[in-house]
Amino acid sequence: MEQNHNEHSEHTEHNHGYGVYILVWLSLMILTGVTVAVAGINFGGLTIATALVIASIKTYLVLTIFMHLRSETKTFRVFVAVAFLFLVISFILLFSDYSFIVRN
Amino acid sequence: MSSQEHSAAHVHRDDVGARMGMWLFLFTELILFGGMFILYSVYRYKYADAFHLAAKDLNTIVGTFNTAILLTSSLTMALSITAIKRKQKSLSIFFQMLTIVLASGFMVNKYFEWTAKFHHGIYPGSETLLAKPAGEIVFFGLYYVMTGLHGLHVIIGVVLIAFMMRFTATGVIKSDSYVKLESAGLYWHLVDIIWIFLFPLFYLIT
Repeated sequence: MEQNHNEHSEHTEHNHGYGVYILVWLSLMILTGVTVAVAGINFGGLTIATALVIASIKTYLVLTIFMHLRSETKTFRVFVAVAFLFLVISFILLFSDYSFIVRN
Repeated sequence: MSSQEHSAAHVHRDDVGARMGMWLFLFTELILFGGMFILYSVYRYKYADAFHLAAKDLNTIVGTFNTAILLTSSLTMALSITAIKRKQKSLSIFFQMLTIVLASGFMVNKYFEWTAKFHHGIYPGSETLLAKPAGEIVFFGLYYVMTGLHGLHVIIGVVLIAFMMRFTATGVIKSDSYVKLESAGLYWHLVDIIWIFLFPLFYLIT
C-alpha cells in the first residue's frame, strides 16, 4: 500500500519535456546576444543595470526550468527565496555601510 | 521485529530530502561567490575608470563563446534527466557525455585565454601587472580569483558527471531512482548561473 503510494507520487511529478528545455536554452542564448549587443551602447549608469537585469532574467529561467523549481513543492521555493533574501540583505547592508564610509 | 523485516524488504529512500540537502549546499556556494561579488562591486566603484581600461584586455569573443558553451552544457544536463525519466538509458548517458565534452571545451578556452594573458606578462605578481595602476592590478586579481574558482567548480562538475555516467551505466541511476543525477544537475546549473554574472561583469565593461 505504502509502496503504491510512493510510486504514485513519483509519477504525478511534473515531467518537463525536451521541448521546454530547448526553448529555455534558445531564450538564454538570445538573452546572451542581447547583453553583448547592449554592452556596446553607452547608457551611462544604466549600462551595468541593464547587464544585471538580463543576468537576473537568465538566472530566473535556469532556476525555475533547468533546476526544476517550478515543479518542486512550495517548500523548495520558499527555501530558495529565503536564501536569496539573505544574500540581498547582506549586499544592501554592506553597500550602505560602504557608501557611509565613502561619504565621510 | 516487523519494522525490521519491512526495512529489509524496502530500502529507505528520501529523494526530497536529498534534493533539499543539495540546495542547502548550493546556498553555501552562493555565499562564497556572493562575498566575491561584493568585493568586486566595491572595487569597481572605487576604480571605475581603471576597470573599464583593464577590461579592454579581455577577449569578448572568447567570453561570449564560452557563455554559449556553458549554457548549452546546462541544456544537455537537463535533457539527460528527462531521458533517464523516460527510460532512455543510452540517450541519458549520451547527454551526460555531451555535457562533459562541452565543459572540457570551456576549460580548453579558459586555458588558451589564461596562457595568452601570461604570455603578455599579465598574471598575479608579474612585473608588467605591478607596473600598472592600482585599479588594474585589483581588476586582474579579481579576474583570476573569480574565474579561477569558477573554473575549479567546472572541473569538479566534470568529475561529478563522470561518476553519474558510470552510475547510469551500472544501473545505480535508473528511471525510478535518479536523485543523484538530479543533484549533480543542480550543481552544474549553479556553476552556470555564476558564469551568467561573471561574464557581463568582467568581459562586457567597455
